[in-house]
Amino acid sequence: MSAPGTPSQTVGPYLSIGLTWDEGPHVVAADASDAVWLRGEIRDGAGAAIPDALVETWQPDPAGRFHTPGFRGLGRCPTDDDGRYAIRTVKPGVVADQAPHIDVTVLARGLLHRVVTRIYFADEPAANEADPVLARVPAERRGTLIAEKSSDGYHFDITLQGPDETVFFTI
Amino acid sequence: MTGPGTTVHPPLLSPGYKSTILRAPQQAPILLPHSLTELTGPVLGEGPVAAADADLTLNGTGEAQGQRIVVHGQVRDSDGRAVPDTLLEVWQANAAGRYLHKWDRHDAPLDPHFTGVGRTMTDAQGNYRFVTVKPGAYPWGNHPNAWRPAHIHFSLFGLAFTQRLVTQMYFPDDPLFAYDPIYNSVPEFARDRLVAGFDLSATVESWALGFRFDIVLTGAGATPMESR
Repeated sequence: MSAPGTPSQTVGPYLSIGLTWDEGPHVVAADASDAVWLRGEIRDGAGAAIPDALVETWQPDPAGRFHTPGFRGLGRCPTDDDGRYAIRTVKPGVVADQAPHIDVTVLARGLLHRVVTRIYFADEPAANEADPVLARVPAERRGTLIAEKSSDGYHFDITLQGPDETVFFTI
Repeated sequence: MTGPGTTVHPPLLSPGYKSTILRAPQQAPILLPHSLTELTGPVLGEGPVAAADADLTLNGTGEAQGQRIVVHGQVRDSDGRAVPDTLLEVWQANAAGRYLHKWDRHDAPLDPHFTGVGRTMTDAQGNYRFVTVKPGAYPWGNHPNAWRPAHIHFSLFGLAFTQRLVTQMYFPDDPLFAYDPIYNSVPEFARDRLVAGFDLSATVESWALGFRFDIVLTGAGATPMESR
């Protein structure tokens, strides 16, 4: 039987004073081979940008390994005044039978606990087609989990609510 | 974090807390079976944390104003096992109820010697301890004459992505609890888990009061080798 847990509370509007690290958005160094920028914007149910959110990413290295020495695997970026985040990383490798993906935690004022989503990659159509997690998602909503290629990496917007709502997961 | 066994958490839509209304997702979340991505998590090590980061009364440019307090406790998982060597990040308002943040316009003094930010790692037994000043209550715009009870924000990674927790620690017997929609968003039976206990054994004689705040991370446990 599980012990009683500690409840979650919102990260609040002033998260950036507590959770900002200079190197937080940099999963890899600027000169890392195959470094890409993962960029996007977070919006609320009215389409407004959310300037007080935090995006955290967790991923394996390009070979699909976790906890490789020298590879932190964690990215963390508060949104700016326009609701944008940017994380410099590398595309993850394959883990088991799943398509390349990054796990994402979103925290914000007004979110009483984190929401969890996943980033998949538009340039992996065959792997995405076979992915057992994407298969659980109604086909018409899968697109919300797919990052598109951009000029310097990938683009992935997060919509907390509304017709374009991002798929969130229970874990 | 809305799965079975995690009902200690508040519902995302809690209309008394107005900011949830446009931010709470409306679609039901989809169950994500745990794979290695969820059963692993960041291992940050001691690198980014210095011992001085655990004393918020001294980590500014001088000594902070306010009632000095020691906050300590143990971090455990839902099976009661200690969570060792995990990063714990805290941030808070100063003793007057003001955050060192560009958006905080509360008409209360900033303290030039208080940043309100601390970090520490749990030890091998999951214990942590930091020193700070008791934060003040402060007004906010949620409803007329709204005041947040004094609180300290906590952020923990645990040992797996599933265990990530961000929460707030409150102080015993705060008269503002009854009026706070964030505190009251938590199911009633679980609210007292957010309230630290006064701990005489943790006081430092002639110097600081002591409070104990134990934290239980509900997410599925840590070691993938066991879980697969």
